[in-house]
Amino acid sequence: MANNLSGGFKAYLHRDLLIALRDRGDLSKPLMFFLLVAVMVPLAIAPEASKLSAIAPGLIWILALLATLLSIERLFSEDYADGSLEQLLISPNLLMMPILGKITAHWLVIGLPLTLLSPVIAIWFSLPISAMVPMMLSLALGTAVLSLIGAVGAALTLPRQGGVLLALLVMPLYMPVLIFGSATIQAAVDGLNWLAPLAMLAALLAVAIVLCPLAISAGLRIAKNG
Amino acid sequence: MPTAFSAVFWHNTVLIFLGSNSPLTTHTVLKVESLAFERNDAVLFQPVDFELKAGEALQILGVNGSGKTTLFQLLTAILPSSSGQISYCGQPLSDCRYEYLSDVLFIGHQSGVKAALTVEENLRWMSPNNTSCEKISAALEAVGLSEYAQIHCANLSAGQKRRVALARLMTAQAKLWLLDEPLTSLDKQGVELVERCMCQHLTQGGAILFSSHQDLAQVTTRNYKLEPVVEVA
Repeated sequence: MANNLSGGFKAYLHRDLLIALRDRGDLSKPLMFFLLVAVMVPLAIAPEASKLSAIAPGLIWILALLATLLSIERLFSEDYADGSLEQLLISPNLLMMPILGKITAHWLVIGLPLTLLSPVIAIWFSLPISAMVPMMLSLALGTAVLSLIGAVGAALTLPRQGGVLLALLVMPLYMPVLIFGSATIQAAVDGLNWLAPLAMLAALLAVAIVLCPLAISAGLRIAKNG
Repeated sequence: MPTAFSAVFWHNTVLIFLGSNSPLTTHTVLKVESLAFERNDAVLFQPVDFELKAGEALQILGVNGSGKTTLFQLLTAILPSSSGQISYCGQPLSDCRYEYLSDVLFIGHQSGVKAALTVEENLRWMSPNNTSCEKISAALEAVGLSEYAQIHCANLSAGQKRRVALARLMTAQAKLWLLDEPLTSLDKQGVELVERCMCQHLTQGGAILFSSHQDLAQVTTRNYKLEPVVEVA
């Protein structure tokens, strides 16, 4: 087990990535959800390019948000069940680095693939090519914020797997990400300056990186206290 | 003060290596004074007082529900106590938290073994960073799992998973062992293995606090009985 500050981050990142890659069923569910719903929407709504591109910014972000929510509830529940959460809690170092390692691993297996898949959805929804880069940047930053905020909810709802309670807890906190994320894509589609909403997402990420691990540490200790 | 404990630990190790039978074992490692814990405004056990010295094993006894696991969670600072004090090598835990947790090996009720990782990966993950491959292999050999090194732990029995966790006893560099029900799910050979590890640790000047409903044949222990608080309706 890692005994130094950066080692705690790297060790948990490496372990969680290894587990996620071995357990591909869990990994693929949120991504399949993201893809399948995106594919079905144009079939259910009239497949006109103008209509699809009008709803695409909001829809892509709603799907990204729900896909993250689907996967986040297991972030700590397995560690709680098998006893490895206790080993995390008795680490002599601050909990912040191992927690950030776990969240980074979650983003790499959920947020990053969603970001990389998004151009396919964008083409499917007839989004202009000029909107691709802002969309991917907003998803890269925004899904990281979603993972951080979702992890707070996952810690607070232990030992149960969050479900409805987790959704109720984190949805209000997800709203700024949804608003600024879809605003970035919408601005790019309309040919406006999309840097301002993207900068807001970056600011949200900076705040979340500092505050969320503290809330998660407290939540995990509360969970062990019953 | 942790350095004082380290000095005693290494002094004893050298003495044992030289064949001496009188290691320094008077150093108090862990002192618990009037430790109490409340959950949902209910007191869980009577105030706990004990001392644990280097080279000594203390067995925590108590009926089911008396709070043994909670006591271990208090001693590992997972839970905050309601009152009382825990001292490590003469210092309150609040003043030496880092040194204390660096010197503690805790094996809880659950083994902390990840099902998706192999036996070797689990042990490497649970061992200190500088643990050599030879030491990992030797530990797996000692717990009888060398043939299972590349098997995923999802395919192991409960007893084998417990052996993976207990292999940490051989790779850890901790001086204070806190073992909550270490013999759970183990067969006779497994119990003997744990006893051998404990004896070796004690002779090197380490200290062990453990809970078990079984008596150990090879390890000389003191007992401390945890008294649950019985509430009168």
